Amino acid sequence: MAGTIQSNLKARRTASRRGTEEPAFVKWTLITIGLAFALLFLLVPLVNVFYQALEKGVRFYLAALTEPDSWSAIRLTLIIAAISVPLNVVFGLAAAWAIAKFEFRGKAILITLIDLPFAVSPVVSGLVFVLLFGMQGYFGQWLDDHNIKIIFAVPGMVMATIFVTFPFVARELIPVMQATGSEQEQAALTLGASGWQTFWHVTLPSVKWGLLYGVILCNARAMGEFGAVSVVSGKIAGQTQTMPLRVEELYNSSKLSGGTAAFAVASLLALLALFTLGVKTWVEWKTRRNYELAQRAEANFQSQI
Amino acid sequence: MAEKKFNPLPGFGLTMGYTLFYLSALVLIPVAALFLKAFQLSWHDFWRLTTDPRALAAYKLTFGASLLAALVNAIFGTLLAWILVRYEFWGKRFIDALVDFPFALPTAVAGLTLCSLFAGNGWLGRFLVPLGINGAYTRLAVIIALTFVGLPFVVRTLQPVLENLEQEVEEAAATLGASRWRTFFSILAPTLFPTVVTGFALAFARAVGEYGSIVFVSGNRIYETEIAPYLIVIRLDQYDYHGATAIAAVLMLISFAILISINWLESWASHFER
Amino acid sequence: MSIELKNVSKKFGEVAAVNSVNFSVKEGELMALLGPSGGGKTTVLRMIAGLEVPTEGDIFIRGKRVNDISVRKRNIGFVFQNYALFKNMNVFKNIAFGLKIKKWKRADIEARVTELLKLLGLDGLERRYPHQLSGGQRQRVAIARALASKPGVLLLDEPFGAVDAKIRQELREWLVHLHKDLNVTTLFVTHDQEEAMEVSDRIVIFSKGNLEQIGAPREVYEQPVNEFVARFIGVMNVLEVEVRKGVGRVNELEFPAPTQPDGTRLRIGFRPYAVQVSPDLALYRYRAVLRRTYFLGIMLRLELELPSGLTLRSRITKEEYALLGLRDGMNLSLQIRTYRVLAREGGSLPPELQTAYEHPPTIAEHI
Repeated sequence: MAGTIQSNLKARRTASRRGTEEPAFVKWTLITIGLAFALLFLLVPLVNVFYQALEKGVRFYLAALTEPDSWSAIRLTLIIAAISVPLNVVFGLAAAWAIAKFEFRGKAILITLIDLPFAVSPVVSGLVFVLLFGMQGYFGQWLDDHNIKIIFAVPGMVMATIFVTFPFVARELIPVMQATGSEQEQAALTLGASGWQTFWHVTLPSVKWGLLYGVILCNARAMGEFGAVSVVSGKIAGQTQTMPLRVEELYNSSKLSGGTAAFAVASLLALLALFTLGVKTWVEWKTRRNYELAQRAEANFQSQI
Repeated sequence: MAEKKFNPLPGFGLTMGYTLFYLSALVLIPVAALFLKAFQLSWHDFWRLTTDPRALAAYKLTFGASLLAALVNAIFGTLLAWILVRYEFWGKRFIDALVDFPFALPTAVAGLTLCSLFAGNGWLGRFLVPLGINGAYTRLAVIIALTFVGLPFVVRTLQPVLENLEQEVEEAAATLGASRWRTFFSILAPTLFPTVVTGFALAFARAVGEYGSIVFVSGNRIYETEIAPYLIVIRLDQYDYHGATAIAAVLMLISFAILISINWLESWASHFER
Repeated sequence: MSIELKNVSKKFGEVAAVNSVNFSVKEGELMALLGPSGGGKTTVLRMIAGLEVPTEGDIFIRGKRVNDISVRKRNIGFVFQNYALFKNMNVFKNIAFGLKIKKWKRADIEARVTELLKLLGLDGLERRYPHQLSGGQRQRVAIARALASKPGVLLLDEPFGAVDAKIRQELREWLVHLHKDLNVTTLFVTHDQEEAMEVSDRIVIFSKGNLEQIGAPREVYEQPVNEFVARFIGVMNVLEVEVRKGVGRVNELEFPAPTQPDGTRLRIGFRPYAVQVSPDLALYRYRAVLRRTYFLGIMLRLELELPSGLTLRSRITKEEYALLGLRDGMNLSLQIRTYRVLAREGGSLPPELQTAYEHPPTIAEHI
């Protein structure tokens, strides 16, 4: 009996769904085209990086990575990220606090300006610093007189990296902070907490997942930036070469040999991208689960009474 | 000016002050320096530098290829968003996560791998080159690379809108006797269109500025596969700061224009919500 | 006086949210701020807490002017409408937060939180996070958190607004008991007149930023100062009458008004319980048809139509209904036992009109 009812229900369900669903062949054609596009443009390029990197064996791969200039590129990339990411995090937290918790005039303009680096070509992002601090630039002569090197040196590369990754943390935090509102902060104030205590104990924990994702994304971009950094770096092997720049040089110098060494360095960057995607997926899963848990608790409670 | 609304939370002055300081020091002043430099040129020089045949060819390629790539993304991105939201199939979650891959992957690596794929001895080039489709060191290569870097935008813009679309509206159309096609074209398409255009604009904006991947795949041949950002680098390498600045100013102005239109598009798209 | 407001006004831009309000809350009192939403009552509460600043006027807490004291230092307990529990902290940490901020010793915190958990019936839940609690539990945690550091006054914004109707009743009784136990001065905002009537010692009624009346529940129910209060607190029949020869008339109804000159227009109000009916057509003066009966638990509301088409509402108990053998469509006789004059056209109400009238004079009956 129960079986019949169930199958009846099922039949009715499919019948009622037909009105808002495409015929099966349309559906599967769409899925096939979509998957083919995704595979061609996403999966194949990804797999290719690792395949090419390991084509000549693990030993060659490791040798390519530990070769002095590549090794120094890896170190420099880490250093630049270690400086620029924390600075952008501090900025992102300050900007998100001001924008999400307060009302003021010109907020929309401020948000647009924060987004500006997204829209600027990386090459132009590098160029603006050359125009400021390069030999022909506004402060070039003064810097040269005082023997300070910014362009074709690490400080310039850090600045270009900050510029390019400028919006990431702020952009992730603003919507999260806006969504949580400021009632929890007000509650902390009524309980006697100071601004810092409120921020540290209440605000920061409630945006931690958004912050984590913003940091990871910012970091991925900081380590992977090519155009802006290439313009200000001077590309001196072993000194001002980051990993992406190293990839370019290895590729240009070994076109005939298939660029296995270039792919070896590139594979590290691809791993970084995969790690970033992993964190993103995890954070999304986490927030969705928290949301569902809250919903379920609410539903349980409603059904109890 | 209206009375500032009282807010019991502290820290506005500090955070706002720091935000403005940091924004000015690292973004606004550098960008202003570019325009200041560009204004030092006479109008005649500026015109000459920005419209010499090589520059014109570079703009044409940059915008033409970006437009085509964004168009491809608008079509396939919409399709991809649709199947990811509406259908169940094996590997869906994996593909969904992978959509952001071009966004997370350094562009230099993207260029490297695409170039090796479409080269004559690459996995794809092996089959395509004999058919006369050359996806490396050609204009087609530029379009392919720009499609890759712009891929996440349309999908990610459209996905939440599709998810929040009330199924009831479609069901209502069905109860009123509309066929599936009719429902799609007269109900879904008009609702989704502004969002698709927003995604298209984002992908276009990203493509116009793209540099890293193109350097690898295009071959950078003058008048043929040289994009505008690359021309800026060439001018810089020749210590031609005026030339570089002039072209950069043009690109920057276009970036502003796109940014403003995206903001406008987003507000247009949100008209359909609630 | 525990809380005192003197000429407090609040403007948001051009919009006046609160107009020169004066009232005070006595030590240990449980007081309700009642009014329709948007009436300014939450703004008043937030000004007392220091979450808003008044545009004009002074606020005193326990005799001390607090206008320039920040919310952190006012020593108030505030319960938000949606509780605003810290989502990232469990119940224990939520309650302990204020104590930690005030640098209590660890052992003292532990003791105080345990005490509160017991007092509020939350034992066993201290490790739970807000999303694992029911609405009623969340509310009690919010109250425990507000009470933890022994504030001078407890302020609650729509404390029962976010919980289900069924447990609202339970929580009301619980709040009354809690208040009795702790004897902390408590001020709460509500838009539900029944809630205010049931729970509080005194009620402050707000409308459009103005204070309409302050008084004990029974006082505002029986002696509303104006039509707004009369209509807001319970159901009321309101009629407009015109005086001719010392009698206010509307259709067939007559209300004696000997002191008023001819042509005066008065607004008359009477509670449904004041409308008495009988199937004996000779018993009372007016005739009416019972159009419809509404069942409200043990009470019933009758919709009565007079021959002229005028509709009145009456309220009787189930027992009376059965005793009288009433049915929809029945012809009845009717009288209005007591009424008030709510307003006089074009002017204020003279004191001689501000009493309850017995009409027609009969034996004064208990409500």
